[in-house]
Amino acid sequence: MVDTTYIFLQHYWWFIISLLGALLVFLLFVQGGQTLIYTLGKTELERTMLINALGRKWEFTFTTLVTFGGAFFASFPLFYSTSFGGAYWVWMAILFCFIVQAISYEFRSKPNNFLGQRTYEVFLYINGLLGTILLGTAVATFFTGSMFSVDKMNLTNTSNPVISSWETPWHGLEAALNLHNLALGLTVFFLARTLAILYFMNHVNHNAIFERAKKHLLYNALPFVVLFLVFTIWLMLRDGFAVNPADGTVFMAKYKYLHNFIQMPVVLIVFLVGVLLVLWGIAKSLISNYTKGIWFTGAGTVLAVLALLLIAGWNNTAYYPSTFNLQHSLTIFNSSSSKFTLTVMSFVSLLIPFVVAYIWYAWKSINVKQIDEEEMKSESHVY
Amino acid sequence: MEHFDLSLVNWSRAQFALTAMYHWVFVPLTLGLAFIIAFMETLYVKTGDEEWKRITKFWMTLFGINFAIGVATGIILEFEFGTNWSNYSWFVGDIFGAPLAIEGIMAFFMESTFIAVMFFGWNKVSKKFHLVSTWLVAVGANLSALWILVANGWMQYPAGMYFNPDTARNEMHNFWEVLFSPVAINKFLHTITSGYVLAAIFVIGVSAWYLLKGRNILLAKRSIIVAAVFGLVTSIFLALTGDGSAYQVAQKQPMKLAAMEGLYEGQEGAPLVVVGALTPGKQHDDDKDPYIFRIQIPKMLSFLGYRSGDAFVPGVKDIVEGGYTYVDKNGVEKVALSAEQKIERGKIAIKALADYTAAKDANDTAAVAYYRAILNDNFEYFGYGYLNNPKSIIPNVPLTFYSFHIMVALGFLFIGFFMLILYLVYFRQFKINKWILRLSILMIPLAYIASQTGWIVAEVGRQPWVIQDILPTVAAVSRIDSSAVQITFFLFFTIFTALLIAELRIMFKQIKIGPKEGGK
Repeated sequence: MVDTTYIFLQHYWWFIISLLGALLVFLLFVQGGQTLIYTLGKTELERTMLINALGRKWEFTFTTLVTFGGAFFASFPLFYSTSFGGAYWVWMAILFCFIVQAISYEFRSKPNNFLGQRTYEVFLYINGLLGTILLGTAVATFFTGSMFSVDKMNLTNTSNPVISSWETPWHGLEAALNLHNLALGLTVFFLARTLAILYFMNHVNHNAIFERAKKHLLYNALPFVVLFLVFTIWLMLRDGFAVNPADGTVFMAKYKYLHNFIQMPVVLIVFLVGVLLVLWGIAKSLISNYTKGIWFTGAGTVLAVLALLLIAGWNNTAYYPSTFNLQHSLTIFNSSSSKFTLTVMSFVSLLIPFVVAYIWYAWKSINVKQIDEEEMKSESHVY
Repeated sequence: MEHFDLSLVNWSRAQFALTAMYHWVFVPLTLGLAFIIAFMETLYVKTGDEEWKRITKFWMTLFGINFAIGVATGIILEFEFGTNWSNYSWFVGDIFGAPLAIEGIMAFFMESTFIAVMFFGWNKVSKKFHLVSTWLVAVGANLSALWILVANGWMQYPAGMYFNPDTARNEMHNFWEVLFSPVAINKFLHTITSGYVLAAIFVIGVSAWYLLKGRNILLAKRSIIVAAVFGLVTSIFLALTGDGSAYQVAQKQPMKLAAMEGLYEGQEGAPLVVVGALTPGKQHDDDKDPYIFRIQIPKMLSFLGYRSGDAFVPGVKDIVEGGYTYVDKNGVEKVALSAEQKIERGKIAIKALADYTAAKDANDTAAVAYYRAILNDNFEYFGYGYLNNPKSIIPNVPLTFYSFHIMVALGFLFIGFFMLILYLVYFRQFKINKWILRLSILMIPLAYIASQTGWIVAEVGRQPWVIQDILPTVAAVSRIDSSAVQITFFLFFTIFTALLIAELRIMFKQIKIGPKEGGK
């Protein structure tokens, strides 16, 4: 008996997860910017402007990460238990990067801050460097697989009822040894820096910073584009983890992800439009004194990442493959919450446009002008 | 139970306790201060008095420092459900995940969006929009607390769900039962009001310091008035919700209640211990007097727990040995099983699940129905099947007992304190003795102690359960090395302690600096 509503809901929630993931990657410009403070800011005031430009956005990235985690837990709890409980070290490392970020803005410039201003700036740098690379590397395992096993019937083993096990002692660190994973990690890192530069060009009213940003745009956009192409072409050529819809078995299929694009042409178009927008925003900012590149590259990032995540889970694909035992791979069907829970959550998700609308309104009302030196001196709340 | 890696379980618990307790150092102040600030700003907008604006902005600075570290310590808790309690995440993720996701979508974004307006919008948006933003921060912060506390309440009293043997997990079938479970509602109200009381004490304490130093007098006096009124109202409400929570505990978690009171032998017309000390080393099956001394109110425990002075309150020994009558959640009178019988029933349930799955794989429909019926009949004791020793259903009694009594005593002390302050403000024209001002400062650490002990009662008192009767803590952990958890434990310990020191130093400095110039 095929329950089409349930299948729809599972696809819908994979879409929401993908959208949150895509927004998160865009918002990682905050992290990228944190690695550029000393590159783009040469005086204390310049650095303060840059940090304040980022500081008014960091909570969005953070909240999106938290919501991404919560939504993943609610919609695909088996992923939550398998990946987080298994790839322990990777996720812990990511969390540490974000813990040290959360206080750094508020504490950085406060007197008597115990660790010193420089330490908080180092925290921000670590968050920008490791946070982006590790997140990218972890997400790449959606395509490359991990060594884990899942057996729900372990629950009936009263002396050892754990259902998910990681089958290498590295507990996630092994993901960083896979070049394809690393390619995505580094792509995300350079993308985050590229987006940050475009954001600064748009939002900070300061000639010297603008000129420096423009120069560094090339240094970051170039490795980003190269790494992105390497990752994507590799992905299109590699075997993928396909699911037989009739019985749920997982098997290796040639050019699976390429086929996913071809078989879901809308997703392919979204991807291509996204890539074009990303490149357009970068190119236009490189060749002219254009300040709106962030809008194009940012929107393009959301579309391209969304499409990439959709081909990981849609079209009968195992989004969290197990290379230990293919049949233990997680699909949107075998790892999702119940139909009832997905339905309840779908009603809640109707609030998302409303949330986006008030975020937009609130931000518009306080971002009426760019950050400048004058504001740094007069504003009562400065990071 | 000897098969479980107890070192892993204990380190995982220690890590969760550490991170939760650190988080709870910062959150209550955020919850309460947000409202106090909103009141102050409302007064500013209503009166147009610039001094109120200055007061609002001063407390807002302290709010910001505290808020950031609350966020930093909060993210880890969410992910720890997966990293350290992976079995739990699968077993109850279908129910537990939803509130967490709703929290993110509904509450966190509200908080983080309007906090930006609150801090950076003073010169950019209208007075009214700013005020609305400040209120929305307060609402958002408290909404965030709602969803996680609903989830916690559900763990203490699983409602609105059933066990699905096909997916081997618990699934939600009634969202409203989860959301409006009486345990969840009481827990939410009791927890957030404890935050309000703590914040009120914090504001009074800091203001008292200014009065002692003879500076920022107007700010201090006005702040004291707002905080003391807010504190008195909320502390009374805190006592009421505390009573409601204890009533729920009596109904749903009798073992926790017995531990809270150090009650080993159940009795009709059980007294409430007001002050007491427990006999060290007391076991449920020895004849030692549980108390070294105690002062008690006759029949009070029966009355609070069952709304009848003569009701029978089971003690630790009764619950382990069974045999007493009680009324179950459907209102049916039943004879309690012993822990040993419950363990046996739990093992039957777990075995039935295994047999059910095997029968299903073999397409044996008759056997499927047969084992499913056995599973259903025994499911309410499912979690007991992972235990082997009847004694393991007893939580740490002394820790629960002392935490509970410290919390309650401090709660009543706070009500008296707010009354005293308001009396001095209104009937003695703010002539407050130096020693009362010093006492007010001392109240701040006491408020934090009350707050932490409250969580100890809630979480230690419900052991060995992570989900009451359905999943014991030992069966909820991830399969990782105990040494890995030890490493992350010490990493968290180091970093959170460093951040706490930084926070305190920054906070003290900002208090010393005081509000921006221009005040009276």
